[in-house]
Amino acid sequence: MVIKAKHQRLVLLIGALVVLLGAGLLAAWALRNQASYFYVPSEMTTNPPERGRAVRLGGMVEKGSLKTLPDGVTIAFVVEDGKARVPVTFRGIVPSLFVEGSGVVAEGRLGEGGLFMADNLLAKHDENYVPREMQDMTDAQAKNVVAETE
Amino acid sequence: MTAEIGLAALWLAAGLAVLQLLAGSLALTRRGEALGGAVRPAAVVQGVLSLVAFLCLIYVFAVTDLSVKLVALNSHSMKPLVFKIAGTWGNHEGSMLLWVTVMGMAGGFVALIERRLPERTILATLAGQAFVSLGFYAFLLIASNPFERLSPAPREGNGLNPLLQDLGLAFHPPTLYLGYVGLSVAFSFAIGALVTREVGPAFARAMRPWVLAAWIFLTVGITAGSYWAYYELGWGGWWFWDPVENASLMPWLAATALLHSVSVLASRDALRAWTVMLGVVAFSMSMIGTFLVRSGILTSVHAFAVDPERGSFILALLAINIGGALILFALRAATVTEGERFALISREGALVFNNVMLSAILGIVLFGTLYPLLAEAMGAKVSVGPPYFNPMSALFAFPMLLVLAVGPMLRWRRDKFVRVGKALVLPGMLVVAAGLGLLIWGGVALLPFLGLVFAVGLALASLLPLKGRSLRRTPLAVWGMVTAHFGIAVALFGMSCESAFTVERLVAAKVGDVTEVGPWAIKLDAIEPVAGPNWTALEARLLVRYGADGKVVRLTPQSRSFWAPPQQTSESALLTRWNGQLYAVLGGEAAGETGEGRWQVRLWWKPFVPMIWLGGLLVAFGGVLALMGRVASDLRRTIARGRVADRQESRALLKERA
Repeated sequence: MVIKAKHQRLVLLIGALVVLLGAGLLAAWALRNQASYFYVPSEMTTNPPERGRAVRLGGMVEKGSLKTLPDGVTIAFVVEDGKARVPVTFRGIVPSLFVEGSGVVAEGRLGEGGLFMADNLLAKHDENYVPREMQDMTDAQAKNVVAETE
Repeated sequence: MTAEIGLAALWLAAGLAVLQLLAGSLALTRRGEALGGAVRPAAVVQGVLSLVAFLCLIYVFAVTDLSVKLVALNSHSMKPLVFKIAGTWGNHEGSMLLWVTVMGMAGGFVALIERRLPERTILATLAGQAFVSLGFYAFLLIASNPFERLSPAPREGNGLNPLLQDLGLAFHPPTLYLGYVGLSVAFSFAIGALVTREVGPAFARAMRPWVLAAWIFLTVGITAGSYWAYYELGWGGWWFWDPVENASLMPWLAATALLHSVSVLASRDALRAWTVMLGVVAFSMSMIGTFLVRSGILTSVHAFAVDPERGSFILALLAINIGGALILFALRAATVTEGERFALISREGALVFNNVMLSAILGIVLFGTLYPLLAEAMGAKVSVGPPYFNPMSALFAFPMLLVLAVGPMLRWRRDKFVRVGKALVLPGMLVVAAGLGLLIWGGVALLPFLGLVFAVGLALASLLPLKGRSLRRTPLAVWGMVTAHFGIAVALFGMSCESAFTVERLVAAKVGDVTEVGPWAIKLDAIEPVAGPNWTALEARLLVRYGADGKVVRLTPQSRSFWAPPQQTSESALLTRWNGQLYAVLGGEAAGETGEGRWQVRLWWKPFVPMIWLGGLLVAFGGVLALMGRVASDLRRTIARGRVADRQESRALLKERA
């Protein structure tokens, strides 16, 4: 069936718009569920995300808290922001600038007993690249990061 | 001195762009027609001058002239020459200069060779090209002068980010830029055709080689970028949905859609307004991509320094160019008369479906990339990653792939599924067999499962358009289409295998320990210090063996420390076999009481992963074949037309004599 000349353009236009609108609505719905939110330790302790939901945790690696577990590839440390502390475990190769007392953003999820399980760690790479969340930490935190990593 | 020559060339080029814009626009009015003659020469000279400016910048980088601020900030005298040269475009100013250079040269090229369209359309096109270029010249000269001097000159430069000191970098950004900016020609053609009301098959034929060429460069650029991220970052992944990757994917999606709609317009004179719209959208995506990358507004491994002033400048350019084009489109769309009609089930119908699906994927990627900005405006900090992008883009990609298997066999105008149904029985059976096989194998997640099944079916279906043709007489353009579609199937197979069958091991190994990953046995033989021109490293010597009786091969992943600027990177080591890749990364020494003498080694066995990039290259190669075919047939047509004209002339002469 060849559609009538008058209607063809309209039909195609409406079809395309419906699909694109549908894609937009789906995207909006999916983003609300899938976007991973950023937390600092005090937010994570007072108002924790659902268990298992992908989030990011940013703060300072507490001095003296970094330990390597006996398997040699899992590390445990504490992220703090001066008000609260969150224990974190991570299995993998740590970024080279990840050290005690410096800033870190951990991607992962909250598990049993308030333990944060990180899949990925972002540390400060160099003077030009700072994880975006670290730029927006409170002044005191920012001063710490600057003092410790420069 | 060289820097001053470069700067002068840049100013002159900008001046010529003004001339090109004014003369081109005035020539469209009745009074200014005489000015038309100036436009083509202006475009050609502008292209040459921008090239001169860029060569000057390459020269100051090559000799490390530290009195130029850009060199001092981004280079270092101890760097190998190839990285000094590649460093020219490894920074903000240099890459923007590369952008205007490519744009100027593309404009010059159009002015030099394009003779098929009415002269008025070409003038409008070149004026449009000049308008867009001018914005970027202004941006360079006002907000980011690459030739700025430093006084006094420092003793030594800051160096280049070690992550970027890689051969991949030497070719990756220029390739992408050729693609981005190639789309600017499509954009200008769309503007030119709208202004002079020449939207039709002739316009589509003139625009098609440019779209094809830009699309080839984008495809190669994305493929190379993905491979670069894969081996250079040492994370084992090949696509991170990083904003910068998305910035290159979005123009590609738009260009792919444009490529298909432009051929409908060229051969069937349908989809007129839609093609013009896509021409505008494709280059808009290039500019949005540049804005995202250059403003540093989003978190990214690629982000250089964050600079709000530059961000707002590019944002303003973006608003003027895209807004202007959309207003022009709105004003003129009504005058673009409707093209030829077609049935829903027809080649056109399938291509429309493909276009809509590509646009939907484009919307999803764009939305996901910008969402963190929107959320931040409302006070929430979020990041969007694979859990959003993968399923959402798959939702529209799979229906598109389904139609991709059928579409090329449908006839133009109208057709019946029954006719092509028979040909699809074999691919259909293959799909069912592959599906059952995978189900019995078990443990494959939904998306890779679908991917594998579709890849098998599509690989066969993509070859079907060759059925019943004499292979020798098949036009190059058809070979191109078949190759590109087959490449999609190959890449899809690689991606699905990677996510379905990858095996990973992370161990802390003592020297002498043997680790197994998949079919491989890997022995940590030694850890040794090594040194390069501007780095030192720890190198692991791994002896790896495939299967019980394979040959022993040595792999040497490194953990490198650069000293200018000080930074550590891990150099992964790869071993490629026909059926996959072994990927090894060396971490640090395992710390703690139990850690001494143990080294962190991360290993992946990734079956068939090279197919991802092989497929990408096949897609690009298909584009090259199609481009060669188109250009050759255009040439033939031009020559034939010339002959006819000659013959008529001589006949006229003969008559006169008689």
